Amino acid sequence: MRDPTILLDPTAERAPAARARLPRPAKLDRLTVGVLDISKARGNVFLDRLDALLAERGIAVKRYRKPTFTRVAPVALKQQIAAECNVVVEGLAD
Amino acid sequence: MIALPDGLIVIAKRDCPTCVLVEPVLRELDGGGMPLTVYSQDDPSFPSGVSRRVHDGTLETSYRLGIEIVPTLIRVEGGREVARTYGWHREDWRRIAGRADIGAKLPELRPGCGSRTLEDGIAEDLALRFGNVRLAARRVEIGSGEDEMEACYERGWTDGLPVVPPTETRVLRMLQGTNRSADEVVGIVPPDLAPCTVEKVAINAVMAGAKPEYMPVILAALEAALIDEFGMHGVLCTTMFAGPVLIVNGPVAKAIGMNSAGNALGQGNRANAAIGRALQLIIRNVGGGRPGEVDRATLGTPGKYTFCFAEAEDSPWEPLSVERGFARGASTVTVFAGEGVQGIVDQKSRTPESLARSFALSLRAVDHPKLAMMGDALLVVSPEHSRVFIEAGWSKARLRQELETLLLTPGRELVQGAGGIAEGLPPSLADNMVPKFRPGGLNIVRAGGTAGLFSAVIAGWAASGPIGSSPVTREIAA
Repeated sequence: MRDPTILLDPTAERAPAARARLPRPAKLDRLTVGVLDISKARGNVFLDRLDALLAERGIAVKRYRKPTFTRVAPVALKQQIAAECNVVVEGLAD
Repeated sequence: MIALPDGLIVIAKRDCPTCVLVEPVLRELDGGGMPLTVYSQDDPSFPSGVSRRVHDGTLETSYRLGIEIVPTLIRVEGGREVARTYGWHREDWRRIAGRADIGAKLPELRPGCGSRTLEDGIAEDLALRFGNVRLAARRVEIGSGEDEMEACYERGWTDGLPVVPPTETRVLRMLQGTNRSADEVVGIVPPDLAPCTVEKVAINAVMAGAKPEYMPVILAALEAALIDEFGMHGVLCTTMFAGPVLIVNGPVAKAIGMNSAGNALGQGNRANAAIGRALQLIIRNVGGGRPGEVDRATLGTPGKYTFCFAEAEDSPWEPLSVERGFARGASTVTVFAGEGVQGIVDQKSRTPESLARSFALSLRAVDHPKLAMMGDALLVVSPEHSRVFIEAGWSKARLRQELETLLLTPGRELVQGAGGIAEGLPPSLADNMVPKFRPGGLNIVRAGGTAGLFSAVIAGWAASGPIGSSPVTREIAA
């Protein structure tokens, strides 16, 4: 590891230096919710319940699963989720 | 200021033959009447046989003492410097040290060597660490595990290609390229109308890949682009193709190694590429002009990454700068709201009359062959084509005049519906002879490689002239 690098801001500094998170949608109507199982034990119990609750409300859900919780999601999976969903929920249960 | 030990101070480095030469003198001085402290800029064990030896590894002492040459001998009394000499000059050393006997075996005079504080890349670091340099821009800390290039992308600072990460050292070095103060406001950059300081120009110039010596050109280009006549806001936000095209004239082009010859409009020359890109990055980062936001271009043009070249001035033709009223020998930058490059292939014309007709025919394609007096044009004539005119005694002005005549068209051929094409001029112009370009809307520059009977049209923005954008030329100052 090396020391943090300091870069000088090339902008007019009208936006905060730390990037803001994307705003959360106020409602899930007409949005597709991705439910990502990271393959951690019992995560599926939590996510199955979430899936059922969303389905009861008539919200479209798509399910995804990472091969292992120890690594970041494969690029193809991230691209697929980004292409197919508006919102994604991932969770673990232990 | 640092506290100086009383007595004699010598700053030296092993890498310097003169310092090595005076090593026996340093031993002679050590233990003499005045205490001696020797600071070594490189080898901590140099010089040998001296009791008070300090390794100036950070170069802080050398920097604060303003050392330019080693060895430097300084006499300090009461914490204040009272005498100084550099290099080896026996009489000076004897006088300052108060010792008439030292260095008897050495030659009378030997010049010293450059101090390490002045080595490439070190001076700016020292100024930042120990000097009074304060840059005003917000400092953005990049995490130790974060990739600098990716960090610039993620913050939205790039045009899609990698940028050089703007570290303080690089920015400070870039600022050495201009005499202007870092906090001077160069202008107000659209679309956000944000004030842009010389420092912000330098930051974006670093990112664009510029060298410090390009700074005067970049500053002049920005000033030109911010003059109201150029209409930078409109050029940026238009749905049409245009972006700022920079044409550099005068001795600065050669001085900084710009390309006006083969592939002048293409890739591969650092100055051409970085100057044009720096302007675009300033518009993006300082002005906030980003595609998909205020930049509403339908298609855009690759020139919006960078589009900058120099005019080839090695001919009797008057350079663009002189035509636009600047003194011969002045360095200028002209900014033109231009689209892409449309080639003109004419390998048969050997008379100026024939070649001018070729040019005129090709120039009709600007915007649309049935439209007129909308976009300006920049005609880039290659050396082989320009020779046809020059050998026949045609100046640039003559060529432009002939082209203007050739580009007069009966309105009825251009009006809406003519030729079965709905696009065209208003029906009211049917009985007029219509010029293709507004007065002054056609400019000619000479550039390109020595082989190839090819020239090029760079079409201007369809909103050329007072309603949108006029070319602006600015003299380049230091």
